Amino acid sequence: MENIVKPSAHQVLEVIQETASEVTIRVASDITPKHGQFLQLSMPKIGECPISVSAFGEGWLEFTIRAIGRVTDKLFALKPGDTLFLRGAYGNGWPMEQLLGQHLVVIAGGTGVAPVRSLLQQAAQEPHLFPSVHFIAGFRNSENVLFKQELETWRKPFNAFYTLDNEETTGFAKGFVTQHLDKIPLAQLEDNYQVLIVGPSAMMHFTSLGCLELGIPQEKMWLSFERKMSCAVGKCGHCRVDEVYVCLDGPVFSYAAARHMID
Amino acid sequence: MSYYLDDAATNTLLAKLRQEYRLYAPKRFPLQGRFSDTDTIRYTEVSTLEEIETQEKSTYSAKEVVSPINQTLFYFTPDEYRETKEASDKPILVFLRPCDIHAFEHQDKIYLENGGLSDSYYARVRSKLRFVLLECPVGFDTCFCVSMGSNQTDHYVMALRREANGMSFQVKDAALEPYFSGATTADFTPQFVTANANKVVLPQIPNKEVLNELKSHPVWDEYDARCTSCGSCTVACATCTCFTTRDLHYTQNEEVGERRRVYSSCQVAGFDEMAGGHIYRPTAASRYRYKMLHKYHDFYARFQETHMCVGCGRCTDHCPSYISVTASIAKMSAAVAEIIAKKGW
Repeated sequence: MENIVKPSAHQVLEVIQETASEVTIRVASDITPKHGQFLQLSMPKIGECPISVSAFGEGWLEFTIRAIGRVTDKLFALKPGDTLFLRGAYGNGWPMEQLLGQHLVVIAGGTGVAPVRSLLQQAAQEPHLFPSVHFIAGFRNSENVLFKQELETWRKPFNAFYTLDNEETTGFAKGFVTQHLDKIPLAQLEDNYQVLIVGPSAMMHFTSLGCLELGIPQEKMWLSFERKMSCAVGKCGHCRVDEVYVCLDGPVFSYAAARHMID
Repeated sequence: MSYYLDDAATNTLLAKLRQEYRLYAPKRFPLQGRFSDTDTIRYTEVSTLEEIETQEKSTYSAKEVVSPINQTLFYFTPDEYRETKEASDKPILVFLRPCDIHAFEHQDKIYLENGGLSDSYYARVRSKLRFVLLECPVGFDTCFCVSMGSNQTDHYVMALRREANGMSFQVKDAALEPYFSGATTADFTPQFVTANANKVVLPQIPNKEVLNELKSHPVWDEYDARCTSCGSCTVACATCTCFTTRDLHYTQNEEVGERRRVYSSCQVAGFDEMAGGHIYRPTAASRYRYKMLHKYHDFYARFQETHMCVGCGRCTDHCPSYISVTASIAKMSAAVAEIIAKKGW
């Protein structure tokens, strides 16, 4: 019988320092995830944690990690050539069937950019997939900006708007993403659009409320949840909200469902 | 067929069974209770009749036979995860009461069915279990199995009743019949408890609006003062399954270590704490509400078959603050009725 919690060994190919507290780790892997899925990253003798796939390609996967806990502190110290244990991919990912062919609106905060990055990369490379892409990203300050070079390359294919919570600098406005929702040209999108929201829970909450105020219907809004997980396969119980298991049924939920999910 | 064996013959039978089966039963451990001068009764491998506690409710449920409180999943060497193996391939006869038999169906839902994924550590033991029904001599004082529909079962290979100087047996599995060849037949069918002193009326939560209104209802406030968040109720619970993964390395050699699965509890602070410190349920009341709604609403909402409770009453037995689950259910049901009446939902 298959052991569903047994990870496999993968070689670290590259470690990219994104900010002082965030790195992107590229590992060799034949796993082909869907946009928005996550894997369990496993450090023997330390533990496991769920991390979104921030990019993937032929024979590799990338994870963008903030050193914030027991496991991620260790992940942060990985070097090329080291071994990283993985299992997955898990979760439903972004609802591609509903997204393709629609105008795509993506609102992301902080490390929340990671779970939408692979989707945005594909959207930039294959412009026929979405009639238009509108991307609002917010970071705490200029030192916390992730994927700096990539953000610049996205200004051309996308209607991209970047903001910092507490400061203004070249290419970045000031304020929370919720203060810049007017940058979405809703009137031009008619009814053919979908909105993806991902970031810290308070950011997702207020962004959703802001979107509702703009008249965006709840079934067009999609949120990616983050919860404590121990197993990621619906056994440990940590990520359960009501009858929903975030690891199995999420992490992406329509706002129509998510608005009822009170932990 | 049914049989009667005296104590000596029962021990001979158990010895014969042990050649083919492992026997797990509730056993009394004197003076090992949670309070001074009390015993504890928990499941362990047994070999004789004298070891089996047939009369009292076990302090801990039979779930520990399949999902122990602390279980090693992997041994680590510097570059390998080595999966642990089962100690024996022999099937297991586990002696347990009707509620605990029902409880395994609840455990199965999570470990074998949830998400269409089957946990191999659970499955490898569960597939070897054969249930031996221990007839309840009486309904125990905190039981409410009749309300939960778990007082009766026919899901067993053999049933037992303790008699004055022997045991009555009902054998349902033909594979066990040869062990009784030449034994005195008897007229025995196990009797089930048909009424408990405790009865509960479960809340009828018609929709998400009522559910979420209930979450912020003041009915939970008293548990902030009373519940100590010790998690004792969930450890003793026959149906609770939650666990956490814990890694360790050996002091003598940091290169090698283990990954373990240990019981976890939604009642203990930190169960929902994410890296970075975000917590969704910071109070004892919110955690107690989370457990109660899982037991009497959420589990049914997911699997559409049963609630996640068999009415064994062990949570009430264990609570150091004397929180009664049946009283809590009554209060919750009253709160639901009040919400529905007030809001007109």
